Amino acid sequence: MTMTAARPTTTTPQQEAAPEASLAAGPAIRTERLNAWYGTTHAVGDVTLEIPGRSVTAVIGPSGCGKSTLLRCLNRMHEITTGARVAGQVFLGNEDIYWQGTDAVEVRGRVGMVFQRPNPFPMMSVYENVAAGPRLRGWKRTRAEMDEMVERNLRRAALWDEVKDKLRRSGAALSGGQQQRLCIARALATDPAILLMDEPASALDPIATYKIEELVRELADELTIVIVTHNMQQASRVSARTAFMLAGEDGVGRLVEYGKTDELFTTPRDERTEAYITGRFG
Amino acid sequence: MTAAAIASPSWRVRRRRRVADTIMAVLLTAATAIAIGLLLLILGYLIVNGLPALNLAFFTERPKPFGVEGGGVGPAIVGTLIVSAVAGIIAIPIGIAAAIFVTELRPGRWGAIVRFAAELIAGLPSIAVGVFVWSFLVRGLLGRYSAIAGAVALAVIMIPIVARTTEEVLRLVPGSLREAALALGAPRWRVVMRVVLPTARAGVATAAVLALARAAGETAPLLLTALGNLFFSTDLLRPIAALPLQIYQYAASPYDDWHAKAWGASLILVAVIALVSFALRAFAPRVSR
Amino acid sequence: MSAIQHTGRSRQSLDDSIERLRTDLRRLASLVDMAIDRSVASLARLDERAARQVIADDAAVNQLRYAIEQDAVHLIATQQPIASDLRFIIAVLAVVSELERIGDYCVGIGKIVLLHEGRPLLKPLIDIPRMATLVRQGLRASLDALITKNEFLARAIASQDDEIDRLYDQIYRELLTYMLNDTTTIDRATWLLWAAHNLERMGDRIQNICERAVYEVTGKVVEFSGMPPTSEDDRKAATDF
Repeated sequence: MTMTAARPTTTTPQQEAAPEASLAAGPAIRTERLNAWYGTTHAVGDVTLEIPGRSVTAVIGPSGCGKSTLLRCLNRMHEITTGARVAGQVFLGNEDIYWQGTDAVEVRGRVGMVFQRPNPFPMMSVYENVAAGPRLRGWKRTRAEMDEMVERNLRRAALWDEVKDKLRRSGAALSGGQQQRLCIARALATDPAILLMDEPASALDPIATYKIEELVRELADELTIVIVTHNMQQASRVSARTAFMLAGEDGVGRLVEYGKTDELFTTPRDERTEAYITGRFG
Repeated sequence: MTAAAIASPSWRVRRRRRVADTIMAVLLTAATAIAIGLLLLILGYLIVNGLPALNLAFFTERPKPFGVEGGGVGPAIVGTLIVSAVAGIIAIPIGIAAAIFVTELRPGRWGAIVRFAAELIAGLPSIAVGVFVWSFLVRGLLGRYSAIAGAVALAVIMIPIVARTTEEVLRLVPGSLREAALALGAPRWRVVMRVVLPTARAGVATAAVLALARAAGETAPLLLTALGNLFFSTDLLRPIAALPLQIYQYAASPYDDWHAKAWGASLILVAVIALVSFALRAFAPRVSR
Repeated sequence: MSAIQHTGRSRQSLDDSIERLRTDLRRLASLVDMAIDRSVASLARLDERAARQVIADDAAVNQLRYAIEQDAVHLIATQQPIASDLRFIIAVLAVVSELERIGDYCVGIGKIVLLHEGRPLLKPLIDIPRMATLVRQGLRASLDALITKNEFLARAIASQDDEIDRLYDQIYRELLTYMLNDTTTIDRATWLLWAAHNLERMGDRIQNICERAVYEVTGKVVEFSGMPPTSEDDRKAATDF
C-alpha cells in the first residue's frame, strides 16, 4: 500500500501571520486583463490576478518586466506620466477604479504609496509631513486631533520613539531609513486599506532594510500590502504570495507565475521562474 | 596592453602645441581684461562724477528749474519705487501663473507655445513695448500719460523674466515630491500650491527680484508712458517721475550742473540695483536649497 | 592580455559546489557499497580479520558523512540556494544520514562474525548473500535516481524492496525451524537472524533514499512502505506529482 503524505505540516512564519486571505468579501485587489502603455510602448500585457486582503504580496522580476508599472496601475498613478494609457480593469473590493466616472484623486486617497527613494517634503517638518496627507485632501482637524493622528501614525511606522523630540525638525534631516519610515507614516495617515510599496528598501542599508521588512510584516495584520522588489530574499522573507513577471521577446511584461511564496521559492512550476530565482537567468 | 606602448610625440609637435596654448592664453586674458576694464571704467566714471553731486538735498528735494541752484531727484526716487512696485504687483502673479501653466499643467503643445511667446516678448525692444502701451493706454484707454501706464509697460518687460526663471526653478523641484503628493490623494491644484510652490519659493523670490531689478532700470518704455514729473506724486493716473527718466532729462540738457546731477542719479540707480543683486547672491545659496 | 576567463555562468561557484557535493555523495555511497560487500563476505567465510577491517573502515564513512554535511551547511549559508538547488541539498543532507546508518549496519554484521569466536557457521549462507546483492543493487540505483533526478527510477526501486522483505521472511522461517529442532543452535541462529535483519533494515534505508529522490524532483515528501503495490497504488503513484 503506497501512501502519499500531504505536504509537510511545519508552518512557516508567513503562513502563520497571514492565514490564507480574508477572502470573505472577495480579494482586496483584482486585476482583469490589465494592460498598460507608455505612449506606443506596451509595458504590461494582460495581467489577471487576485490579491488577498490583510497580507503581503510581492511582485518580482528582472528590470523592465513591468512590475513597477503594474503597481502604479493599482492606484491610478500610471496615468500621471504623459502619454501613459491603461486598458482592462482593476477592482479595489468590488469597484472598478478605471470605470468611466471614477475620480482618480479619490482612488489615490484610498491607496497609500511608498516609493523607492524616500521623498519626505523637504520644506515641511516631520509633524507636517505626517499631517500632509489629510491637509492636502482638505480634511479639517482640530489641533488635538491632528497631534493624536500624527503620533498614532508615527507609532504605526515604528518611528515615534526616534522622532518624538524632533517633530519640528525638517523631514529631510533624518537618516535614510528614518525618512522612509516617515514616508510610510505619511502614507498611513490617510488610513488607506491598501499600501503599495515600490522597492521601499532598495536605497537603504541592511539594518534599515530589516526594520522596514519587520514593519511591513506587522502592518500586514491590518492592511493589504503589495510590494515590488528586485531582491528575492526580501520577497521570500516578507510575503505570503509572490508574483513573477517577465518581459517577453516582444518587450511586453507578463505574469509568468503567481502563488504562495514558500511554494514558489522551493518548487516553482515554471522553468523561467526557476531560472530567475536561482540567479541563472540570461 | 602595456603602458609603454603609447608613443611620445615628436619635439616639433610638442613645440607647436605649446605655442598654440600660449597664444590662446594671451588672447583670452586680453579679452577678459577688456571686459573687466570696461566695467571698471564705467564704475569709475560713475563714482568719480556722481559722488560730488550727492548730498541730503539731492535725495529729498525736487528738481529746481534751470538757473536755480540745488534741488534733487527725490520725486524720481519715489517714482521709481512706486512704478516698480505696481509693475511687480501686476507682473509677478502673471509670470508665476504662466510658469505653473507650462510646468504643472503641461498641456504639451500649449506649453511650448506659451514658452515661445514669453521668449518673443522678452526679446522685444523696450521702446517697442513703450510704443504699444502708449498707443493702447496713453492714447487709447486712459487718455493720458500716467504712472499706471508706466507700470504696465514695465510689467510687460518683467513678465517673461519672471515666467522663465520661475519655470526653471519649478522644474528643479524633484518629480518625486509631486508624485508623493499625488499619491496621497491630493488634487492637482493643491499639489502645486501646497507642495511645489513652497518648495520652490526661494527660487521664485529670486526670479521676482531679478525682474524688478531689470525693470527699475528701463528708460525707453517710461518715456512714452510715465512721461516724468518734476513734483512728488503718488497719483497713479498722473505722470510720475522715475530715475531713468530724470537721468535722461538731465543728461540730454546743455547744462553742466544738470550733467553732474545726471551722474549722481545714475550712481544712485546703479547702486540700488547692485545692492539688490549682491543681497540676492548673499542669501541665495542658503535659501535656494 | 588578461588572464581572466569568464564562462558567463552567473552561479558558477554554486554550480561547482553542488557538483562537489554530488561527487562526495557518490564516494560515500561507494564506500558503503564496499562495506556491505565485505561485511557479508566476511560473514560467509567467518573471516575475523576482514570483519575487523570493515569495522575499522566505518570511521572513514562517518568522517565523509560529516564533511558532506558541513559543505552543505556552508553552501546554504553563503549561497542562499532556493528551489531545485535547495531541494537537492536538503535531499543530500537526509541521504548521507541514511548512508551512514547503512554503514553502521555493516559494522553490526562484522561484529556478528567476531561473536562466533571461531565456531563454525550454523549453515552455509545462501539467502543472506542474495539479500546483500539486492541491497547493493538498490543502493546504486537509488543514488543514480537521486543524482540524475529520475523520479520513475526512484519509485521503481522502492517497489522492489518487497523482494528483500520476502527473503528476510524466508530466512526467518528457516532459522526458526533450526531453533525449534535443536536448542543448541539458538545462539548461532539468532546471530544469523540479526545479520539478515540488518540487511532488511538496509533495504528500508534505501527506500528512504528513494523518497528523497522523489522529493528532490517534485518538492513533495512521499512515503514508500514495504507492501507490494496494488494496481490502485500504481495508478496513484503515476498521477500523483
